[in-house]
Amino acid sequence: MMENYDLLLAILFQLAQLLLVVLLAPLLTGWVNQCQAWLQNRSGAGVLQPYRVLRKLFHKDAVIAHNASWLFRVTPYIVFGCMWLAAAIIPIIAVDLPFSQAADVIALVGVFALARVFISLAAMDIGTAFGSLGARREMLVSFLAEPALLMVLFTASMISHSTQLPSIVDTLAHHQFVLYPSLAFAALAFVIVLLAENARIPVDNPATHLELTMIHEAMILEYSARHLALIEWASSLKLFAYISIGIALFVPHGIIEVGNWAGLPLAIVLLLLKLMLAGAGLAVFEIVSAKLRIFRAPEFLGTAFLLAVLGLLIHFLLGA
Amino acid sequence: MQIPYTLQFINLLAALLLLIAFAMLAQRRILSLINLFAWQGALLALSTFIVAYSTNQHHLYYSAGLTLLLKVILLPYLLHRLIHRLNVRWDVETLINIPTTMLVGIALVIFSFNLAAPISQLAEGITRGLIGIALACVLLSLLMMLTRRKAVSQVVAFLSLENGLFFAATSATQGMPLVVELGIALDVLVATFIFGVFFFQIRETFDSLDITHMEKLKDD
Amino acid sequence: MNAVGILPLDVAGWLVQFWIALGVAGLFLQRAPQLINNIVFPLSALTSLLLAATGLWALAMPTGVMVLPLGLPDLPFHLRLDSLSGFFLILLGAASLGVSLFSAGYFKTMAGSTLGLLCLEYHLFLIGMTLVLLADDAYMFMVAWETMALASYFLVTTDHAIPDIRKAGYLYLLIAHVGAIAILLSFGVMQGGNGIAAYTFDAMRAAQLDPFWSSAAFLLALFGFGAKAGVLPMHVWLPEAHPAAPSPVSALMSGVMLKTAIYGILRVTFDLLDTQLWWWGVLALGLGLLTAVFGVMFAAVQGDMKRLLAYSSIENIGLLLVGIGLTLIFHVYGKDALAALALTATLYHSLNHAMFKSLLFVGTGAILHATGERNMGRLGGLIRRMPWASGLMLVGVLAISGLPPLNGFVSEWLLLQAFLLSPGLPNSYINMLVPVAAAVIALAAALAAYVMVKFYGVIFLGQPREHALEHAHDAGIWERIGMGWLALACVLLGLAPVYVVGQLDHVSQMLLGAQLGNAAGNWIFLAPVDTERASYSPLYFMLAVLGVMLLTSVLVRRLYHGRVRRSDPWDCGFPAQTARMQDTAEGFGQPIRRIFEPFFKIERDVPSPFDTHPRYHGQSDDRLWYILYLPIKHLTEKFSSMAGLLQHGRIHLYLTYTFVTLIVLLVFV
Repeated sequence: MMENYDLLLAILFQLAQLLLVVLLAPLLTGWVNQCQAWLQNRSGAGVLQPYRVLRKLFHKDAVIAHNASWLFRVTPYIVFGCMWLAAAIIPIIAVDLPFSQAADVIALVGVFALARVFISLAAMDIGTAFGSLGARREMLVSFLAEPALLMVLFTASMISHSTQLPSIVDTLAHHQFVLYPSLAFAALAFVIVLLAENARIPVDNPATHLELTMIHEAMILEYSARHLALIEWASSLKLFAYISIGIALFVPHGIIEVGNWAGLPLAIVLLLLKLMLAGAGLAVFEIVSAKLRIFRAPEFLGTAFLLAVLGLLIHFLLGA
Repeated sequence: MQIPYTLQFINLLAALLLLIAFAMLAQRRILSLINLFAWQGALLALSTFIVAYSTNQHHLYYSAGLTLLLKVILLPYLLHRLIHRLNVRWDVETLINIPTTMLVGIALVIFSFNLAAPISQLAEGITRGLIGIALACVLLSLLMMLTRRKAVSQVVAFLSLENGLFFAATSATQGMPLVVELGIALDVLVATFIFGVFFFQIRETFDSLDITHMEKLKDD
Repeated sequence: MNAVGILPLDVAGWLVQFWIALGVAGLFLQRAPQLINNIVFPLSALTSLLLAATGLWALAMPTGVMVLPLGLPDLPFHLRLDSLSGFFLILLGAASLGVSLFSAGYFKTMAGSTLGLLCLEYHLFLIGMTLVLLADDAYMFMVAWETMALASYFLVTTDHAIPDIRKAGYLYLLIAHVGAIAILLSFGVMQGGNGIAAYTFDAMRAAQLDPFWSSAAFLLALFGFGAKAGVLPMHVWLPEAHPAAPSPVSALMSGVMLKTAIYGILRVTFDLLDTQLWWWGVLALGLGLLTAVFGVMFAAVQGDMKRLLAYSSIENIGLLLVGIGLTLIFHVYGKDALAALALTATLYHSLNHAMFKSLLFVGTGAILHATGERNMGRLGGLIRRMPWASGLMLVGVLAISGLPPLNGFVSEWLLLQAFLLSPGLPNSYINMLVPVAAAVIALAAALAAYVMVKFYGVIFLGQPREHALEHAHDAGIWERIGMGWLALACVLLGLAPVYVVGQLDHVSQMLLGAQLGNAAGNWIFLAPVDTERASYSPLYFMLAVLGVMLLTSVLVRRLYHGRVRRSDPWDCGFPAQTARMQDTAEGFGQPIRRIFEPFFKIERDVPSPFDTHPRYHGQSDDRLWYILYLPIKHLTEKFSSMAGLLQHGRIHLYLTYTFVTLIVLLVFV
């Protein structure tokens, strides 16, 4: 009886988080944009702007090219579904989410890759110059970022002897506080990977439509209306998911166990605080750095790889 | 077993020292290189200070202060002035491209970690691993000396090599006698001055600080 | 089942005989090609299915042994069917099932006489591979191995009128034989000097070799089987032979024949040799990493779709070798549970690769039939002309890119888990290097996704680059069935990993004496080692993604609308664009060429802006060809011309040679 109750509660938590992330993700994007506006001495459009954009896009008629195939039309749903699920199974408020068992952190990387391959294929579907340019660059950035990301995850999982995010969180958050230099390195590497994978400056610029610089925007140039809305929403979810992974790996303190009602308000407040700080940090970083030439990106991501490998080696040497 | 926080902190500083060694290896600009060197000195001073605090050895406070004075303030200042006077603010040219250097660097780190493993077994419990990092810093500095083309960056590499040795001394063996440290500090200072004089000489002779020109000096 | 006294090995023997009959029937039915197509090949496919079932049956059964009354006097053939052979029989059967079904439609247009011969060679090839897996003595093994090599050589040179194809076939035959000699020598070493009587594998298992001779045997086997598998630096024949062969043959060669080499390495290393050394594992791991990265890098710059797939096969063979190396390392250090994990990953990936690579190769066959074009720069937009082929190929492309929930991801996941468990080995160098090796695997996997996006995107997506493509037709019914089976296998292997791993445990038990098992204890979650450590459930995941997709699409349509307008794509304000201005395969590979520039030998002719007939020409060659093979070739030519000095064409001189030789021998005796 008691077990059933626990399971029910866990499923409830899972559903709650599913809803929470999908509703909160555009807010995070809005917050980052708002912070950037403040830093640039603009008043900004407000943190709710992404919601307004989504609403506007959903109302419009979808315009697609004559020769668009089924792949082009189904991709926004696949990308959105993948990102939503990825964001929903990362423990950010409570561990022991029942669905976390279905995909460990390596599988999460696989899910991101699945979404990326689909969006790259869809970009090539119409056959315009921008689409395949964007697809090519996106795959370039991803094959450079993926080894670095994997090294980061390796470092984290070496400490907790697990690739399950709940176990990693449990080891770091619910045991005695230990300073892990290896994790500090991994965190730096992770930030670089996060910037690259989420199409942020200095690898890509989410606000540009200049052909020489764009990657992500080039791929989705042919999308409009609800398809575009889903892809934008998926991008928000991806940013949310990456920041959540960062929180779970490096600052999981405050994440509770399922059923711990007393800790719940504090956990939520802490989560919001962490998200706000991460978003503000991202905005500051983007403001102070400049976009790199595309062939400087390998060096930038190489740095991430180097940092992650150093973290791993230091873990072997210092045991921390 | 819970490691005391002071040691955890020293571990973190050691890791950061290694990071800075790599950053120097990757750095393209001379001015940033000198700034990194100053940061390395600052970390070194901080770690010496913490060792002094945790082991309660008063002479280490002096050597921490000395490090701060010499390596964070005086030497970077001298180098900055030197660069200003020589007007050599160009980018550093490397002999091997940077990604390859980095890979060689990682190999060196793995090598020195394994080399230091038996030594660390002998050392006291709290300093295991630090020797490996110090050794890696020294080897990375040597690598930097090998791969750089300009004399100024080679001097910075030399100085950071000395930093690595100093870190090994303070963290692993809790410091050398103060007299020895003073002597080394003085040596480094004098060496920097001598290098400075040499730079002017090299430039007057070759009209450049590129050490590849020195290949002309052999007889044939 | 044993009541009637039938063993899996008997069934396998009958199936091989039936294949012989089918091959010979093909030769006699030259006058009626439609019979060959509609009856012989489907029957052959049925035999493959039964063979796969036999393999599955054999996994759990005790080892069966048989001595045939064939062979030389006093040297009879020995057969044996154990779990390892059983697993590879499944692989052979499952892959050839799809390929044979596809062949039934593919060779429709071929003339009767060529078709009859091809049918015979095709079945001999299948029989050769089956007997390689069943052989239990060196003699039988080498006979089967040579049958396989020769049959595939004739299949490769089916279009022997084209000089390039003859050249490719010759290169293939040459390297196959260099490899075969090394394998023969390896068997010779393993006999342990016990003479001809010790030619059975049982005698080799019993022989006690010291580390030096064991290492010699391992190295010879690694070289010999590596030459067949396409391990660096013996990979050169793969990108030449695969495009030359008809597509179903390429599929069998890449999907199955390369795996027989993997089988050989496993058989020699873990079964025939009784001691293993740790540095073998490191060697295999290092070679595997090099091969994997090399293969995928070159795949990224290819413009010919079959060459691209051939290089991708080299990459996958590299991954398999990495798995074998990891298994060796764990096994030597006594961590047999982890060795079982690495071995499971290796075997799983072999099976996966057999499925998706066969699928992609037969898919290129369908494209070749529809368009007559192998150069990706002249294809494009086929998704609208060939809905079946493009849909089924998409499954293969996603699977080979290692994406969940398909099969490529499962084996990659298992391999990475094995890497993650490597710390704790007693050798600190290996401890630190192995996780870095995992990063190289990640690089290769991510690059594979790059290659596959290029492959699928350039061929199927975009606008047709040539007008002729407007008339491309979709794959025929047999072709669809064949591809459908292979695609289905990719999906099933991806969704039911727990069942597959459970079956693979028989092989691990036999080779290593340890099983992986499933810590989760149910069929939904795959959790090697420990549930706390890692688990993965592709089925849940796929259901959840599909559910969310459906929910989203219904909600969007309900809350807003589903209206669509069609219009021209955005033309960047330049309306004079043609389909030829799209990004080509060459262009898509440009970043790779640029980042890994030192590894390629690049020749490029870039026309000047004032050229009236500008032609761009670019070629990226393999440096190893120039560094390694050409010098060897020159050296060989030098020696042969020296030998040529002995030839004068005068009988007297030759008789003198014979006489001198006789005298010299008599002096020594």
